[in-house]
Amino acid sequence: MASAVATDFTNKVLFSDEVAEFSPEVVKEMESHLTKYPPERKRSALIPLLFVIQRERGYVDNPGVNFLAKFLGLEVTDVWETATFYSMFNLRKIGKHHIQICKTLSCKIMGEPGITDHICHKLGIHPGETTEDGKFTVSLVECLGSCGTAPMMQIGFDYYENLTPEKCDEILDKLD
Amino acid sequence: MEIKAIGCEPLQLKRMHVKDGHTLKVYEKTGGYKSLKKALEMTQDDIINEVKASALRGRGGAGFPTGMKWSFVPRQSPKPKYVVCNADESEPGTFKDRYLLERDPHALIEGMLIAAFALGSECCYIYFRGEYNYLIDIMDKAIEEARKANLVGKNILGSGFNCEVFTQTGAGAYICGEETALLSSLEGYRGHPRMKPPFPAIEGLYACPTVVNNVETLTAVPQIIEMGGENWRNLGTEKSGGTKLWSVSGHVKKPGVYELPMGYSNLEKFILEDCGGMLHDDKKLKACIPGGSSVYIMNAEQIIGKNVLMDYEGLVAAGSSVGSGGFIVMDETVDVMESTKNLIEFYKHESCGWCTPCREGTDWLNKILKRISEGNGRPEDAQLMLDICDNIEGKSFCPLGDAAAWPVQSAIKRFPEDFKNWLFRNTNGN
Repeated sequence: MASAVATDFTNKVLFSDEVAEFSPEVVKEMESHLTKYPPERKRSALIPLLFVIQRERGYVDNPGVNFLAKFLGLEVTDVWETATFYSMFNLRKIGKHHIQICKTLSCKIMGEPGITDHICHKLGIHPGETTEDGKFTVSLVECLGSCGTAPMMQIGFDYYENLTPEKCDEILDKLD
Repeated sequence: MEIKAIGCEPLQLKRMHVKDGHTLKVYEKTGGYKSLKKALEMTQDDIINEVKASALRGRGGAGFPTGMKWSFVPRQSPKPKYVVCNADESEPGTFKDRYLLERDPHALIEGMLIAAFALGSECCYIYFRGEYNYLIDIMDKAIEEARKANLVGKNILGSGFNCEVFTQTGAGAYICGEETALLSSLEGYRGHPRMKPPFPAIEGLYACPTVVNNVETLTAVPQIIEMGGENWRNLGTEKSGGTKLWSVSGHVKKPGVYELPMGYSNLEKFILEDCGGMLHDDKKLKACIPGGSSVYIMNAEQIIGKNVLMDYEGLVAAGSSVGSGGFIVMDETVDVMESTKNLIEFYKHESCGWCTPCREGTDWLNKILKRISEGNGRPEDAQLMLDICDNIEGKSFCPLGDAAAWPVQSAIKRFPEDFKNWLFRNTNGN
């Protein structure tokens, strides 16, 4: 569950009326989500659409949320209410590649601390931080359902399993 | 990683090693959609009775009898009915559904269609955890294949039965594995659980009758229809029918997904032989969590030489439970205070904040365990944590509170030495 950060909200988020604009293809993609639900239940599309906002705008930002509120006929606060609950929605800008290392028990006992240290040392940042060039953000996350192939991480939506420090180097070096 | 059946023919795992098993062509070649055809010629009551006879129990963790759950749905209600598959697999230690979804998506579609037919539903949703994004693509392709073959959509196989299947994504919230929280999330709200009653069978998605079932539960349905409920039950025991998938992780040589008949004998053999034994030969088994992080942790004395049967009754008798079947095996290098702290960080993070006992209780447990781990433990901390657990267990709005309390209670009771080391370290001046 994401915890709401008061400063982000009060200072930047709630006071802008700017509405994001999207290409016709993206709007079409958004509309295709609506076909899954009864017409009076458009709000059901909110989570899939927040992912589209995040993909298009880098994170769930104020203009994107304003757009969704209009698109779905919701109040802006309705959209924020949902967006702030789920840990996969980033409410601020993050690195191009979001490295999410699983830290829950199976990964922990199978070597997660060594992997985290290795990656953080390599990138020169701590968990929760972004590299200066904006390329990588490292987060420690809870169980990703890959315990049999621990330790593991997810970069963006891709799973990387049975990690070793060498394998991490290989994976990170390939990302541009 | 191993994926195999032990002590039975692979049923759930039938297509795990079949090339292109996720495609409609191979699925049908290996017996797929036969059960749907059979079910479409049965009456709704007959289907529900077969599922009841199979003694299939919910595989998500609660173990509620599936046939009974289905029978609660008021089929005569004028409202639309919904079948929702819970693919929000987030219980630490559990990853079985992931492989079913990846390699056998049509089995889930077939199971959902049979459930929908039996319950008079024309719309199914599969709710994936957000991190399983790549599985949604696989499932969408499978649904599209099925639609082209007239297995999904209008007038399925000429039977007059209409049914749509849709995928839906979550976005990273363990609580959405709780069925009412899942429905809130599916409606686009925060994943807060809802008051029961009314149960989802009466007022679920969009306040309409809804059945929410785990992936493994629904993929068992085609097998039950194919071989008959009674025969399927006989694969397991009287009260725990059929076979069950177990996800095994931690300190074993062969982690993986194993399919075992219910009532498999026994737990010790399973860990020390079937899973290849301990990862390091010179390290002994210390602890095992058999059903995902939310169940009681077991110590070696409860397992070694005890002939623990692997089914709902057997594991309860041995002092734990089946839960979601997520095994986490730990050797003697693990400090149980630290493993408990790790799990409580998880529950604290995932508590949805809706009710006070869970929100505050998990936070306090986390604070205390953090303080202990920093070397500032106090002798009275064990009792303090047990008191907090007592104020969470049975008093939270949904089972997440219980799930957080149980690992702590069992760890303190079953591994007192591990806690003693920490709690008295400070007073000893170390």
